[in-house]
Amino acid sequence: MSEVSKEQTVGTPAAAALGEPVPAQRSGTEDTFLSVRDLRIHFRTDDGLVKSVDGVSFDVKAGETLGIVGESGSGKSVTSLGVMGLHHAAPNARISGEVWLDGEELIGADPEHVRQLRGQKMAMIFQDPLSAMHPYYTVGAQIVEAYRVHNKVTRKVARARAIEMLDRVGIPEPGKRVDSYPHEFSGGMRQRAMIAMALVNNPQLLIADEPTTALDVTVQAQILDLIRDLQKEFGSAVIMITHDLGVVAEMADKLLVMYGGRCIERGTAEQVFYEPRHPYTWGLLGSMPRIDRDQTERLIPVKGSPPSLINVPDGCAFNPRCPYADIPKDNITRTTRPELTETGSGFGSGHFSACHMSQEERTRIWTEEIAPKL
Amino acid sequence: MAAYFIRRVFGAVLLLLVVSAVTFAIFFLVPRMAGQTMDQLAAQYVGKDANPDTVAAVKKNLGLDQPLYAQYWDFIRQIFVGADYKFGPDVQHCDAPCFGYSFKRHIEVWPEIVSRIPVTFSLAIGAAVIWLISGIATGVVSALKRGSFLDRFFMSVALAGVSLPIFFTGMLALGVLTVQWPIWSDGINYVPFTESPLDWAWNLLVPWCSLAFLYSALYARLTRAGMLETMSEDYIRTARAKGLKESRVVGKHGLRAALTPIVTIFGMDFGLLLGGAVITETVFSFQGMGKYAIKSVQDNDLPIVMGVTLTAAFFIVFCNLLVDLVYAAIDPRVRYS
Ligand SMILES: Nc1ncnc2c1ncn2[C@@H]1O[C@H](COP(=O)(O)OP(=O)(O)O)[C@@H](O)[C@H]1O
Ligand code: SF4
Ligand SMILES: [Mg+2]
Repeated sequence: MSEVSKEQTVGTPAAAALGEPVPAQRSGTEDTFLSVRDLRIHFRTDDGLVKSVDGVSFDVKAGETLGIVGESGSGKSVTSLGVMGLHHAAPNARISGEVWLDGEELIGADPEHVRQLRGQKMAMIFQDPLSAMHPYYTVGAQIVEAYRVHNKVTRKVARARAIEMLDRVGIPEPGKRVDSYPHEFSGGMRQRAMIAMALVNNPQLLIADEPTTALDVTVQAQILDLIRDLQKEFGSAVIMITHDLGVVAEMADKLLVMYGGRCIERGTAEQVFYEPRHPYTWGLLGSMPRIDRDQTERLIPVKGSPPSLINVPDGCAFNPRCPYADIPKDNITRTTRPELTETGSGFGSGHFSACHMSQEERTRIWTEEIAPKL
Repeated sequence: MAAYFIRRVFGAVLLLLVVSAVTFAIFFLVPRMAGQTMDQLAAQYVGKDANPDTVAAVKKNLGLDQPLYAQYWDFIRQIFVGADYKFGPDVQHCDAPCFGYSFKRHIEVWPEIVSRIPVTFSLAIGAAVIWLISGIATGVVSALKRGSFLDRFFMSVALAGVSLPIFFTGMLALGVLTVQWPIWSDGINYVPFTESPLDWAWNLLVPWCSLAFLYSALYARLTRAGMLETMSEDYIRTARAKGLKESRVVGKHGLRAALTPIVTIFGMDFGLLLGGAVITETVFSFQGMGKYAIKSVQDNDLPIVMGVTLTAAFFIVFCNLLVDLVYAAIDPRVRYS
């Protein structure tokens, strides 16, 4: 497909036409808060067109958590920044597809309107809270700023709100710490402060992009607990992005596995964890740390390096690394890209995967070869 | 913060002492090590045709017959308490701060320097205001409109600015504006601010712009590079994710961080200029410190060269101290380290 025709898909209900299954209504049922359809985000660079996100669709309901999993460079961050409308400023970005937030389409919307939604209806927390906070301003000042963009209140009121939020996310002595600078906080405290800043306007959608990757293991669990608690309290939709399946194992309702800018498997957490139907997902599960197993016994993690997003070859993007690439007939994995298709599942409908192997073959490999070793 | 402040001031004082010691060594120790006798050294202070009596007096006045540490001590002491220079029965008093006495011209060094300061300061301050505003503004626009026609235009002009020596641009401006199109038909002459602020500014305008052109170009390039770097920082993405207006993202979050290194460089550039803008002063025949220093070197009038050197060093150290303090005000991380 040429670049031009992709660009023409902006704002058109083209998802079905592109062979992407449409799992739910476009603007969603009452409780579908975010609906992404065939999102494509490409960057023009000196080396060529980088197809960072190439046709990704998903839905998130209020109160639900979607986990987006994939190794580094698979397009997770670009996807989430795309939902937030943060690529529009980049002069080299080409964006197409649809992002429906609470019944409103954002890709074609007025950027000024999207700006007003940012931080208010949808908020985001980032991987490294030290670099994500401005080193020159106090934590309080940064939260106050986030609150006052969207609320016409005095500095004093906003400050009280900032202290309240710091207290809510478990920062001791919030009245004092509000005047501290980010570098005076520990890593975990900083991420708590980031969460306070993101939630200060009660957003209905929270995107957490690898929120625990930069933190110690013990702190990781605390931050995840905090996000879960806050989600329960506020009933917001959460997108939890991670390269580590372990992070979302306990909290995700739905999972989307990304590989090379595309979704290669998507379903409920049960479906993806207990009946994964893609060799890459098997590899991810195999590389999950488990305390009850000896390190050497485990499956070898996915060998090889992530695919180039420039000049993406024909066929399945995973084929250079896939141990089963020779199973599908006629060398089809190397010539034709597998489409996402619904997979028969013991956990109900809504389970999609993209692989040329037959369902029976994959079920057999999973139950006989992979699952017993995990 | 207070501890940081005290540490910095202490460091600055120490640095000045080192600078004074080095300057002293260059003027008194090096000639001695090079094999000059004290008589030869003293003779340099009065000129070749001096009579032996004067040379002897100079030798005594400079303390050249004393051990080095005593000489250095006197040298420092007279800055604070002044000194008396004796020539037979005549006594020439040099008031504190006494930065020496020119035996060739029979004048105290310090008042000479002081009389040149207004010219040099006027030049430096005015030019700095112009180059900070124009350099930073063009740098920010260039960074935000990276790759655009405007960016390329600004950066081409900036490249010309950093490549053209100031005696070229200054001479060109002088020639064009006083002869070709004589807007400054009476030439360009320094008028003290106290005499007429308007004439002061009018006459300084061309020197200011000549000097500022070079620095604007440097600062535009620095600002552009700094802005490109900070605008790709994570905290800028956070600021945008909060829903801030782009103008606020750029001004409050981007520019503030991008300016930090510029403050450092500005401190050094400005401190250096306070010691005299040698070429600009020469091109426009302004009697500033820079021109004075050059003339004293040509005349081999060592006490004046030494005085000017120390004064210039003081300004540089002082400006760097200010930079450290401004730095701490801008970047809270500095205060705690
Ligand atoms: N602004 C950009 N310009 C060009 N390439 C980009 C840009 N942003 C991201 N990319 C590329 O897109 C790919 C996906 O990046 P990202 O979404 O950050 O991956 P991750 O899954 O690790 O979050 C990477 O190869 C990255 O180099
Ligand atoms: S399509 Fe082929 S290469 Fe791709 S995952 Fe399936 S078996 Fe492996
Ligand atoms: Mg990422």
